[in-house]
Amino acid sequence: MKNSIEIRDLSLNFGAVKVLTDLNLDIQDGEFLVLLGASGCGKSTLLNCIAGLLDVSGGQIFINGDNVTWKEPKERGIGMVFQSYALYPQMTVEGNLSFGLKNSKVPKDEIEKKIAHAAGILQIESLLKRKPGELSGGQRQRVAIGRALVREVEVFLFDEPLSNLDAKLRADLRVEIKRLHQKLKNTMIYVTHDQIEAMTLADRIAIMKDGLVQQLDDPRTIYNNPVNKYVAGFIGSPGMNFLDGQLKAGEPASFKMAEGSVDLTNYAFQQSFTDGQKVTFGIRPEHIVVGDEASEMPFSQEVEVEIIEPMGSDTLVWTKLNNQDFRFMLDGQIAINTGDKVNIGFDPKISSIFDEATELRV
Amino acid sequence: MMNEPYGPRPGKILNPTRIMVYGVLIVAAIYYLLPLYIMITTSMKGLPEIRMGNIFALPVEVTFAPWAKAWDSACTGLYCEGLKTGFWNSVIITIPSVIVSIAIASVNGYALSNWKFKGSEVFFTILIFGSFIPFQVMLYPLVIVTRELGIFGSLWGIIFIHTIFGMPILTLLFRNYFASLPEELFKAARVDGAGFWGIFFKIMVPMSVPIFVVAVILQITGIWNDFLFGVVFAGTENFPMTVQLNNIVNSKQGVTEYNVNMAATILTGAVPLIVYFLSGKYFVRGIAAGAVKG
Repeated sequence: MKNSIEIRDLSLNFGAVKVLTDLNLDIQDGEFLVLLGASGCGKSTLLNCIAGLLDVSGGQIFINGDNVTWKEPKERGIGMVFQSYALYPQMTVEGNLSFGLKNSKVPKDEIEKKIAHAAGILQIESLLKRKPGELSGGQRQRVAIGRALVREVEVFLFDEPLSNLDAKLRADLRVEIKRLHQKLKNTMIYVTHDQIEAMTLADRIAIMKDGLVQQLDDPRTIYNNPVNKYVAGFIGSPGMNFLDGQLKAGEPASFKMAEGSVDLTNYAFQQSFTDGQKVTFGIRPEHIVVGDEASEMPFSQEVEVEIIEPMGSDTLVWTKLNNQDFRFMLDGQIAINTGDKVNIGFDPKISSIFDEATELRV
Repeated sequence: MMNEPYGPRPGKILNPTRIMVYGVLIVAAIYYLLPLYIMITTSMKGLPEIRMGNIFALPVEVTFAPWAKAWDSACTGLYCEGLKTGFWNSVIITIPSVIVSIAIASVNGYALSNWKFKGSEVFFTILIFGSFIPFQVMLYPLVIVTRELGIFGSLWGIIFIHTIFGMPILTLLFRNYFASLPEELFKAARVDGAGFWGIFFKIMVPMSVPIFVVAVILQITGIWNDFLFGVVFAGTENFPMTVQLNNIVNSKQGVTEYNVNMAATILTGAVPLIVYFLSGKYFVRGIAAGAVKG
């Protein structure tokens, strides 16, 4: 499959501050790539570089094989959707949609055709004569997407498009963006700090931290095999449990904590390790089993319930394991109270182990 | 039960704070309005009545003759044409000066806030620094500059000078206002393929009506009230109203016609006053809007 966007050794400095350093990224044609990271990790900066809104300090950007490093945004064949919608307030929806087309001197009847087409896809036909001020947040963001849509660009860039919307609208529009992608099959790059958006939308996710891509993989791989502790802690809600301890070599190898140890027969090691290496053992709250099932697991232990957080479908239970906070998910229908003793267990096959010093997966 | 707090809290109409606030406001208002009161009453009195010395008294016989004289036939020492020539000169000076200075300053402010170039901050600092230098210092150099350009003592000369001196404050005003507009709008317009002028005229200007109103008021008031540049750069036949007023008031022929002088002064000050009364609301709003972000 050919690459739609190639980023080669991209760096960007604001004065002495290095925001991006030697970043390389290949995005395939028709791919939905999500740039995910906490604020300040450089994800929006990267998107702005791809759009041509920021001049890079070093490196190259190719779009469809074309070196666009020095090109203006309009010459790059991109459309962009912003967090704050960025609709031109003095123009009607129709004016907003046609602005880009008018700038590229598209004939009038063709503009009308394209607007009608885009409005149909996004179901905003009835809003065309209104001003942005008269629209709701969801409608505004639809118009903003429409503005990229009418220009029939190769690449869509989304800069946290749903962050200003309330939870319900966000979920609705998320599905709509996915539907749009399935229909148009354009390359889309989507910046967000919301891992749910990333997981649900992405073909591949690039997790960024401090201007570097930590891991670039499909959502399932990132969820199951995080390359380092940062990625493991960032993905998943509620976050992964971490337990401190040491690795013990032997047949089978095991993870030794202050209290108890875990048999690692089922764990797929990706690196060799030394006996007594200090590591962090990670297991997701949703991978813990409770009760009779727990006893059949390679690891099980009885713990006391400290706090319960009912969330409807599930209940999140806080407890202590190895004297560290430990959470597990329980079916919401099961009755449980603070102070109860329960038997929990898990299979190390779906756990992750990270070196304590390098935080890389072992 | 009856004394228990319920519903809206009873407000005291006069408490010490209120009395203080109103007291200060009333004193300030009197301080500023008294001279105006004296000007208006004196301008409507005849000379004999003025000579009686009761400057605070209301006119016994109301007359508008001094106003007519101030406008039409008051003498400056050379001519007896009143203020009307000065008025039209001021109009002719003010309109192009306001338009040219705002046109240039708005583009300046736009470029400085949205199209930052290497050294743009330094450029801006130097520009703002200009507003801290007393005008008088630059008077003689500017006389030489305009002379060399061949526009000294002409309408073009005075428009040129007003444009230059409006530049620092207007640029600051526009730059700050444009900086307060969401940056993403500017980015969106760039992605949509609009260029420097396209973004300026189609996106920025339509969103900036309040700050344009502020700039217009600021410039009309400043240029209309200017005396120094008018007397130096405009040339005798283009003397603005303020210069004409000075010549009328200071002409030492015969008796001093206080009523005519007062009427002439009010007439000269009327234009900025009217402009302010008609649009003061926008002025305050626009100034506040521009002040939010630096």
